[in-house]
Amino acid sequence: MSVYPQIRDFGDTGFGVAFGDGVDRAVNARVMALHAAIGDAGLAGVIETIPSFGTLFVQYDPLQTSRADLEGAVRAMLPGLQATAHQGRLWRIPVCYDADLAPDLADVAERCKMKPDQVIARHAAGTFFIYMLGFMPGLAYMGGLDETLQLPRRSSPRVKVPQGSVAIAETMTTIYPWESPGGWHLIGRTPIRLFDAARAAPILYGAGDEVRFQPVSRQDYDTLAARVSAGSFDHAALELAR
Amino acid sequence: MSAALKVAAPGLFTTLQDRGRLGFQSLGMPVAGALDMLGLQIANALCGNPPDMAALELRYLGPSLLVEAESVRLALAGNAQADILAADGSVYPLSSWRSFTLKQGDTLRVGNTDAAVAYLAVAGGFDLPPFMGSLSTYTRAALGGFKGRALQAGDLLPLALPQAPAGGDRQVDDAAGLYGDGPIRVVLGPQQDRFTPDGIAAFLSGEYRVTQEADRMGIRLEGPAIAHTNGADIASEGIANGAVQVPGNGQPILLIADRQTTGGYTKIATVISADLPRLGGLKPGAALRFIQVGVAEAEAIRRRQQADLQALLADMRPAKPAGGLDLDALYRENLISGMVDAAQGGGA
Repeated sequence: MSVYPQIRDFGDTGFGVAFGDGVDRAVNARVMALHAAIGDAGLAGVIETIPSFGTLFVQYDPLQTSRADLEGAVRAMLPGLQATAHQGRLWRIPVCYDADLAPDLADVAERCKMKPDQVIARHAAGTFFIYMLGFMPGLAYMGGLDETLQLPRRSSPRVKVPQGSVAIAETMTTIYPWESPGGWHLIGRTPIRLFDAARAAPILYGAGDEVRFQPVSRQDYDTLAARVSAGSFDHAALELAR
Repeated sequence: MSAALKVAAPGLFTTLQDRGRLGFQSLGMPVAGALDMLGLQIANALCGNPPDMAALELRYLGPSLLVEAESVRLALAGNAQADILAADGSVYPLSSWRSFTLKQGDTLRVGNTDAAVAYLAVAGGFDLPPFMGSLSTYTRAALGGFKGRALQAGDLLPLALPQAPAGGDRQVDDAAGLYGDGPIRVVLGPQQDRFTPDGIAAFLSGEYRVTQEADRMGIRLEGPAIAHTNGADIASEGIANGAVQVPGNGQPILLIADRQTTGGYTKIATVISADLPRLGGLKPGAALRFIQVGVAEAEAIRRRQQADLQALLADMRPAKPAGGLDLDALYRENLISGMVDAAQGGGA
C-alpha cells in the first residue's frame, strides 16, 4: 500500500492516480503537476481531471479511449513530472470578525485558551494554500492554519451556515460560498461572492492559489456588501501582485 | 408571439438536462446532466437533434405543455402515459419512442412514467442561454436550465424554432432492451482495501432496497451492512458517476448526476457506465443486487451498448400521424388480414 504513485479503479469512466493518502504540500504539488500535464497533453478521450489532496481523478469517455491506452499515456508522464513549475495566484479576502458574524469565535478562543483578538490575529496572519476545491461550487480547502487554532470539527454540524462564513477545522480554513449545512467553526464572514454566475469567471479562485485574510470593520463590511449586491465591486481587485 | 411551450402543469420534477456541465469539476462544480443518457439520445434522435441537446427530464409524473407556436415536433423516450388534448377538443393517446407534431393550441399531457425517468425532446431545442457550457439544471445551486429550477405552472419555455422542421415524425423500436436487466454491474474500488472480506461479500451477495432518500444526487440503499477495516473517512477526493459510497453506518449510497465533485467517505465500487441509465429509473422500494466485472469488460459492455443504440437509431422509420389509424398494428393483429387497405379507399 505504500508504493506511490498508485493507480486506483474508479469504474470504466475514470481512474485515480494517488500520490499519497494524507494532506501534504509536496504530495499535492505532484497531483497539481499531473493535473496540468494532462490538461496540456490533450489526450484523446479525457473529459477532465479533478485534483484533490493526494489523488488526481482522471475522467474519460470509454467510447473514445480505453483505460489501458490512457493509463499507459499517463504513466509515461510520471517520471518527468515537474512538481514546482506553477505558482498560483494570491488573493486578499476581507473578513469581518465581529461577534454577530462569528458565532463560534468566543468558543474557539476559550478552547484554544486565548482571547478572541488573538484568534483573529493568528488567522489573519496566515497565508493559506488552496489544496483543492470541492463539496460545492467554489468551496476551497485551505491549509496552513496556525497550530494553536487547530480543533476537531463541531460534534453537531449546523443545518444552515450563512453564505460567506469564514470557518476553521483541523488544519484548514475555508469560506462557505453558499448557505449550506456545515460542521466547521464559524469565526468571521466575508462580504465578497466566491461564486457569481454573472461573472466571466463565476468561481473566484482555484486549487494551487493562496489566500490571506484582511480584517475589516463592521462598517467596511456593510459598505463592501452593499457594493457587491449592487454589482459595483470588482472582484479582480482582490488579486494581489506577486 | 414568440414560439414557446407553456407549462400548464409542471409534473413532479421536470428539469432541462443535457450531457452535463463538464470541465469545471476541479472548481467544485457538479456535472449534473441527464440521469439516463440513452433516453436523452433517443429522444433527440427522434427529433433530428444532435444527441446531447438539452431535453426535459421527467421524474415519476410528467408535465402538461400547451403549444404556443405555429407547430412543434416533440419526442418521448421512456415509457410514460401520455395523450394529446388537441385544440379542437379531441383527445388521443400517444406512445413513447416516437416523435409527433403538435399545432398551436394543442396540449401534450404526460402522466405517470413507468420508470422513474423519461425524456421529452423538442426539434431544434430550447432558446435558452447555456451556463458554463451547458443547459443542465443543477437545482441545489439554482444554476442552468430554466431559471435554475424545476418547471412551475405558468412557465414559458422559449423554443429555438417557430415551427416544426420539414420531414415527418419518426419512430424506433421500444428501447427497453438497451438497458439490460439482472444485477447492477460494478467495478470494485477505489477503496476496496478499506473493507473487510465479509463486507465486500455482503455487498456482492446481498439484496439492497432503494429508500425514500433517492434523488438526482444520490440513492440511499438499505440492506446488509458493509463493514470497514478502519473507519469510513478518507482525505477528500474526486467522485465518479455511479460511485458506491459507504459511510460509517455501512449502508451504501449510489452517487449519480448531481453528485458533489469530491467527498471524504470510502467508496467500495463504481457502477459501470452501461448500467448508469438503469439507476435513474430506480424507484423507492425497488430491490437490486450487484455483480463484479473488470474494467476492460465494463468498457466492452459499454461499447456493445453504444453499437446497439446506433443500430436502434439506424432502424428509425417514418411514424404514423399521432391519433391516426395504425395500419401496421392492425395487420400484425390479423384484424384486416387479406382485406383491402382501408387507407387506399378500397373499403374493407
